[in-house]
Amino acid sequence: MHCDNRLGRWLHSDTPWIWLNAGAVALCLLTLLGILALIGSRGMAHFWPADLLQAQVVHAGQSRRVVGEIIRHEQVSVRRLQQAGLTLATTSPRVGRTLIHGGNRELGDSDYFWLLDSALRERAYPDQLAVFERTRWGPLYGYLRGVSEDGVALQGADGDQARLWQRFERRRQRTAALRQEMEQIESDLLPRLVRRLERLRHQQRPPRERSALTQEQQRLQQRLEELRRQAGRDRFQVELADGRIREFAMSEVIRAYRPNGMGPVDKLKHVALKLWEFLSDSPRAGNTEGGVFPALLGTVLMVLLMSLLVTPFGVLAAVFLHEFAHQGWLTRTIRIAVNNLAGVPSIVYGIFGLGFFVYFLGGRIDALFFPQALPTPTFGTGGLLWAAATLALLTLPVVIVATEEGLRAIPTSLREGALALGATRAETLWRVVLPMASPAMMTGVILAIARAAGEVAPLMLVGVVTQAPGLPVDGNFPYLHLDQKFMHLGFHIYDAGFNSANGESAQPLVYATALLLLLVILLLNLAAILLRDRLRARFRALEPEL
Amino acid sequence: MTPLDKQIPVAQTITATGPDLPATRLKVCDLSLSYGDSRVLSNITLELPGNRVTAFIGPSGCGKSTLLRCFNRMSELAPDCNISGTILLDNDDIYARSVNVAELRRRVGMVFQKPNPFPASVYENVNFGLKIQGIRKKRVVDETIEWALRAAALWDEVKDRLHESALGLSGGQQQRLVIARTIAVRPEVLLLDEPASALDPISTLKIEELIHELKREFTILIVTHNMQQAARVSDYTAFLHQGRLIEFGETEKLFTRPSRRQTEDYITGRYG
Repeated sequence: MHCDNRLGRWLHSDTPWIWLNAGAVALCLLTLLGILALIGSRGMAHFWPADLLQAQVVHAGQSRRVVGEIIRHEQVSVRRLQQAGLTLATTSPRVGRTLIHGGNRELGDSDYFWLLDSALRERAYPDQLAVFERTRWGPLYGYLRGVSEDGVALQGADGDQARLWQRFERRRQRTAALRQEMEQIESDLLPRLVRRLERLRHQQRPPRERSALTQEQQRLQQRLEELRRQAGRDRFQVELADGRIREFAMSEVIRAYRPNGMGPVDKLKHVALKLWEFLSDSPRAGNTEGGVFPALLGTVLMVLLMSLLVTPFGVLAAVFLHEFAHQGWLTRTIRIAVNNLAGVPSIVYGIFGLGFFVYFLGGRIDALFFPQALPTPTFGTGGLLWAAATLALLTLPVVIVATEEGLRAIPTSLREGALALGATRAETLWRVVLPMASPAMMTGVILAIARAAGEVAPLMLVGVVTQAPGLPVDGNFPYLHLDQKFMHLGFHIYDAGFNSANGESAQPLVYATALLLLLVILLLNLAAILLRDRLRARFRALEPEL
Repeated sequence: MTPLDKQIPVAQTITATGPDLPATRLKVCDLSLSYGDSRVLSNITLELPGNRVTAFIGPSGCGKSTLLRCFNRMSELAPDCNISGTILLDNDDIYARSVNVAELRRRVGMVFQKPNPFPASVYENVNFGLKIQGIRKKRVVDETIEWALRAAALWDEVKDRLHESALGLSGGQQQRLVIARTIAVRPEVLLLDEPASALDPISTLKIEELIHELKREFTILIVTHNMQQAARVSDYTAFLHQGRLIEFGETEKLFTRPSRRQTEDYITGRYG
């Protein structure tokens, strides 16, 4: 067809197609980058020491002081506020309001509150205003006013803030050291003793063998009491927003800092410190604060274990389907069924895993190998192994399909070449076909990892918990505890974001955890891709791009 | 001897005649082959002499490649392939139940139309068959590989890059590498399925020279669509048409004084 006008010519050229395709790609990229930017910025806010606001709030003729962190600011329509019961003397349709995190949750004030911009007077960011991060009740905002030991105020520091802070820091470090020792006893030494006692009890040894252990247990418990007493000795006084001075236990403080007085270098140092804490520490305050190390470790271990389980099964199934099975209607049906398995809702896999792996297999294993521990289940309850097995089942179709694709791409001439040299079918498979299909298998594993690492729903049924009693890997034989319940980043996101009493304060942590989960998936995938590239380089020119 | 020999009517047996006919290595008796419903080979009967080159010629689809693949039982890899009749290698039926197919394929090596080196080094390619045979001794392996590469006239070109990828070789070199790989396991018969059809003229020439050298040690069967090539390299030629063996005899005689009209038509280019 011949078109004279320019629009017609343009429409019949390649240009609109190219623009359409490029537009689609750009849209996908933008969406992806948008999500990443959102998660990234919100997540990093978790680590950044935000400035603390001090202001006077004027309400009904009365004025009171507030301090806190500005969470966000928004414009809201006056009508909405009026409907909520507020009386406003304004003519403009919209007013600004600010969400402030006032902290001090245990003191009865509401933790988060909205304030109208018009009510906020005398805004200031005083250098001495401090944040005290605590093991419970969230942060405390206020001015440090004194440090005391056994109820006696330490002298000579009144009025001199720098001296006072020095003293505070020394005391805090001392209690931190005590707390560390307490933690070691509580989470390592005592459980180990209990386990040994338990083992002796199962072996039905005479009690005198146990008495030494029991004594040791008592000694540790006494030491714990002593440490607790010592740690409780130091207290400090803080002037709160309303001018009251309250006393707090030093042992509850994790760190204290004055963000308004910090320079950019100090702030970056603080960020690095918080990041490290996030990656290496256990969560606290009902998973809304602290680190995510157990969840990080649990996720990585589970995905690795899943890959180890799914690869051999998927490859074997694909080899049978493609190499040995008669290519009739039955094989075709099986292939379609396998493809459709990928579309089964993941929660169904979770239920299957619970019924088959946990109750059936786990129950059998317990009855056979751990009868002495019953009725306490060992493998008859959710755990790392069953979670990995369930996810392996979930990702099996991906590996089968990718491997079959790889097998199909190997030219017949190479198989014939091997056969013509006197190789049996098995030898041909092992020496020629499988090595050449290995990059395709890796593609399957990469897809499986991407799917499994982000999966949460089935895991809730087969072994993931909000707070695991211990890590799945530790110094106790057999070092890797396949039967143990574990934490998972995806479930951590859900738990912190939707199950915590204080959703607003957990929000930054949720974003930070989501960012970490993305990074973990990226790193796991990157490792698999590097491995695949090395395999691919060996079989270059014959391997189709997948 | 199998009883099958006696069942073959004398009149149908086409045997090459000549003053110094060498001992027969391969005997094809009443071989028919079909894929499902379509018949590809019908009642082929012929005797092939040892240490000679026999060429199979004929128009496309005449079944010459299929016939070649019957000698090492590669044709039966295809689904619904039906074979009747026998092939005797040194008087042993290769289709007998007791035959180890892998061992048969070691004795009857095959080179395909397109070079098919494995994606591995030159050394590993030649070593493949040896590994399958369980030959592991480094000295024996090295010697065999050098011998095979020399025999395939490739040694001088690859001796410095034995451990580089075989996929980096040219098409002609790859085909000679495949020949080296095949003869490394010391087969008795070599099947060449249009070995030069994917190569340039110079590579083709090299392969043809190679065939001349190799027939001293091996019985060679070659399928080719190129009649000049058949005339140049072979001692005997079989002409197939629509799955039937039309004429078989000494190459010189077949190309100069064919006894059948169809053969004459084909070699003079009147059809095909």
